[in-house]
Amino acid sequence: MFEVSISIELKKGITDPEGEATFKSLHLLGFENVKSVRTEKVFKVLMEGEKEQIEKEAEEMCKKLLTNPVIHKYRISIREVEHD
Amino acid sequence: MKREDIRVAILRIEGTNCEEETFRAFARLGVNPEYVHLKQLLGMDCRKNERRDIFDFHCLVIPGGFSAGDYVRAGTIFAARIKSKLSKELKEFVIQEYPIMGICNGFQVLIELGLLPGIDEIISDYPKACLMTNDSNRFECRPTYLKCENRGKCVFTRKIKKGEIRLFPSAHAEGRLVLLFGKEKEMLKKMEENDQIVFRYVDPDGNYAGYPWNPNGSVDNIAGICNHIGNVFGIMPHPERVFYGYQHPDWTRHGYREFGDGRDIFESVVDYLVRKL
Repeated sequence: MFEVSISIELKKGITDPEGEATFKSLHLLGFENVKSVRTEKVFKVLMEGEKEQIEKEAEEMCKKLLTNPVIHKYRISIREVEHD
Repeated sequence: MKREDIRVAILRIEGTNCEEETFRAFARLGVNPEYVHLKQLLGMDCRKNERRDIFDFHCLVIPGGFSAGDYVRAGTIFAARIKSKLSKELKEFVIQEYPIMGICNGFQVLIELGLLPGIDEIISDYPKACLMTNDSNRFECRPTYLKCENRGKCVFTRKIKKGEIRLFPSAHAEGRLVLLFGKEKEMLKKMEENDQIVFRYVDPDGNYAGYPWNPNGSVDNIAGICNHIGNVFGIMPHPERVFYGYQHPDWTRHGYREFGDGRDIFESVVDYLVRKL
């Protein structure tokens, strides 16, 4: 069994309104040394099968559903886990 | 073809919530709308007599709402489900110049599907644009002024003259149109040439303006576009919410008129279908 972590971020140059709103709020709370805030979303997908096949399928998942190539970049990391 | 024989599919999945007003807009014009759950088109989990095919209809409409809870990205799940089984039929539907409209969440679906912007292709494999979170990071909900920019390509706006300003309510959190980074100028130029830009947000005097008149920070203040053929149309604000004059927020100050600014969107496509079929 493999746990695939798909981490999705906005590409550089695309405004992250959630990050910016959070940045402002942090400053208002007194965290004045914060320089910037960007958000990242992680999908954890538990999969069975061969590692190579899983890597391919994770890429497909990103392209077909999880990311929009216009605004997102993504990172896939896979680790083996015990059956529950 | 007679109006009562024109069949319009009002598509929905869980989370769609504007289907009733959209259905009524078409019903009031004398055509034959039908609520169609995507399952009926996919043949999943529905009875034999509920089964439908895209070509049972002359027009497809994807109404507003929060389909699939806006999970992953607004419109993405609805689009992925459609694309999984209906890509070929959809492409054929568009090639045969039948109209498709996406309002708000529906616009998001059409972008994620790849049917819009549709600059030099019918349907792209992967999205070429995105309707992102508003710059303000808030759900923006209020009447917005839209200037019609279309010279006649879009079949949903032929009853509206270029330059006319219409009031449609906006209600969305993810309405900022974003094009491929680095290629925006090129894409916008082609869209202008192809007459694909349908509406832009303006201020009450009709000038292009930023926030709050453009509620989301959309590139070039764009509120609605069509594909290069003119039969696939996406718009963020809601024309179905101003079908009648009394649905305008300030009608008591400007005198009663029977129909509101939104009716012409529906009348335009019905007129197109009456002539085409």
